[in-house]
Amino acid sequence: MTRMSGADIVLRCLQKLGVDTLFGYPGGVVLPLYDRFPDYPDINHILVRHEQAAGHAADGYARASGKLGVALATSGPGATNLVTAITNAHMDSVPTLFITGNVTRSLLGKDGFQEADITGITMPIVKHNYIVMRPDDLVYAFSEAAYIATTGRPGAVHIDIPKDVFIEEAEFHWPEDVHIRGYNPPTAADVESIEAATEIINQAERPLIFAGHGIILSDAAEELRAFAEKSEIPVVNTLLGLGSIAPSHVLSYGMLGMHGSYWANHAASSADVIIGLGMRMDDRALGRFEDMNPDAKIIHVDIDPAEHEKNIGTHVPIVGNVKDVLGQLAESVSAATHPDWLQWINEMRINHKESMSVPSGPELSAQYAISRIAELIGPESVLCTGVGQHQMWAAQFGNISRPRQFITSGGLGTMGFEVPAAMGAQAACPERPVWTICGDGGFQMTFQEIGTMVAEKLPVKMAIMNNCYLGMVRQWQELFYDKNLVDVNITQPDFLKIAEAYGIRGIRVTNQEDVDAAIQEAEADSGPVIIDFRVAQQDNVWPMVPAGAALNETVESSGQI
Amino acid sequence: MKTNLTGPRQTIAALVEDRPGVLTRVASLFRRRGYNIESLAVGSTNEAGVSRMTIVVEGTPLIGDQVAKQLDKLIDVITTEVLVDGDSIGRELALIKVMAKPGQRREILDIVEIFRASIVDLSAASAIIQITAANETIEALTDNLRPYGILELVRTGGIALVRGERTTQMPHFEDEELRRFHQESGRIPSGDLPHLSD
Repeated sequence: MTRMSGADIVLRCLQKLGVDTLFGYPGGVVLPLYDRFPDYPDINHILVRHEQAAGHAADGYARASGKLGVALATSGPGATNLVTAITNAHMDSVPTLFITGNVTRSLLGKDGFQEADITGITMPIVKHNYIVMRPDDLVYAFSEAAYIATTGRPGAVHIDIPKDVFIEEAEFHWPEDVHIRGYNPPTAADVESIEAATEIINQAERPLIFAGHGIILSDAAEELRAFAEKSEIPVVNTLLGLGSIAPSHVLSYGMLGMHGSYWANHAASSADVIIGLGMRMDDRALGRFEDMNPDAKIIHVDIDPAEHEKNIGTHVPIVGNVKDVLGQLAESVSAATHPDWLQWINEMRINHKESMSVPSGPELSAQYAISRIAELIGPESVLCTGVGQHQMWAAQFGNISRPRQFITSGGLGTMGFEVPAAMGAQAACPERPVWTICGDGGFQMTFQEIGTMVAEKLPVKMAIMNNCYLGMVRQWQELFYDKNLVDVNITQPDFLKIAEAYGIRGIRVTNQEDVDAAIQEAEADSGPVIIDFRVAQQDNVWPMVPAGAALNETVESSGQI
Repeated sequence: MKTNLTGPRQTIAALVEDRPGVLTRVASLFRRRGYNIESLAVGSTNEAGVSRMTIVVEGTPLIGDQVAKQLDKLIDVITTEVLVDGDSIGRELALIKVMAKPGQRREILDIVEIFRASIVDLSAASAIIQITAANETIEALTDNLRPYGILELVRTGGIALVRGERTTQMPHFEDEELRRFHQESGRIPSGDLPHLSD
């Protein structure tokens, strides 16, 4: 065995883990690591413009590829700038590894320059974290961190490394196995719970599947389809579950929840059996918990047993990897049909289609622009979003048809996620067109990453739904704060001049007729492009389940509130 | 001071790696999820490198299950168990300093004997009473002593074991370096951080 510096050990660990791309920003204490990068040309370090963006890029990279996303920052402010991105990735169960440097061991706890107790800060927002005090420990920390981040319910793991640990030498001995006695991620479910679920499903008259992010994370879309088809069970998706079944599938009924469809929400309230698959029964998906559907029998499949009974009572909690469990269920349930139930939902869909359709007027709407982007770029592209009205419209009109097509901040709801996450997705999928639907507010939070895109040749197409408002906040002020609009009328720079400043194409679209041509012009450009869609300023997202209301209290226009 | 708890309480045992930060992780989890800890006792076990936490929380059995499952998600928590009253033995130690004027000592001694407690210190006007018992017994003793004037009271928090031969088995580390990593890493090598309470 050869002795080498801690910095070399870190890079060898990344090689062993198959990490070929990471997003980072240098600084004092990580200089010993950066010093060694030139000797590892197979590891592509993408220099971002802000550490938060490094974190979101790693997050987007992981969501688009299914591989571990890695971000690197220096101590102190570099590390604290990662905090939003770490929280975002962990809350959406995205397999990510965050590496920070820290001050020299002897200065830890002495409030030295650029010291932050970053492991203390990240403790409640990660699956696990490490501060590595000896170079010999690096191999264990990295092998375990990657294993923990990518197995079970995936999540964020953080490793903090003092500067002198990068410099001190140790032997590199990569452990072939990971052995953590406090961590045993489940796989298949126990027979009893499968039998109990099977009995309930076989007797169901109005069964409904809630398909969540777990389907995508565990690559179980095929198993979901097979199970749903065998028992003819309609499927609704959570926001992060979009793409687990194509909208064109006969059993697919779109999104559930606060801005889900009228028919999906009413189906959820009327089902006699609900099968939650890889989802966490979140308030945005379920509305007021106690009135979600008190009469339904609920089967809840999740790899994280702590999600069972956390928010809602469950008749059959099933602990397991949803991919394995779906295989077990598809085998054990009887083939069935539910024609009356499907007809009931179908009729509701026909009768309430109006409340979730592209506005028909002549004015350019975000809904129209998004539906045209979705149509023209197709489901093989990647579609990212920020947070707010445009995000909900992208969920409604984005025609999300395959796993990993749609990348959005679900749990944390992080404005500014759209630009860096799309950059990460493009780095993961150089062969796919990557589009990001931006809000005019969120875009202004992180557009500095256009500099990174230009330098790294990441041709992300940024479609700003520019309504000159923080639209979702305005919607809430209108509906729930008596139209008292406060601090939502955000001013903007000239987005085309930003494009010009970065030397990229900028296109402004003000009417419907020019939408297709602008999208095609952007598609044809080999670099990043900004399209400034000047959309209707006063549009609201419908349908809506007001905060604190139940799913069957879904309203379809402001007159109903 | 809370002497008469009204709501139900749940006892959870967690075997954890004796490693820096474990207590912080557990405390942070309780704060974040809003669980109400009545007591938390930590100590070593028959396994080197493994500590046992006994946590008593206020709440329904559903809360007890949630606490155990959330604790289990912590990587440094090896295993957890919700201890059921009839199926386990729970004990706690309390020291109670009570006013004991010469004319009242006989009465106090009677109470001490009834509760199988003992007097471990006696001064001109006070006595320290030691009791090892189940939670409810300690509360009953406290209630009986209150009329004489309780000056100070300290309790260790409950500890408990399941009755019978059943024990919790856990895998051992075959690799000495790996054991060291799991039990010692994260500690400042030159420092003197205490193992169980840092």
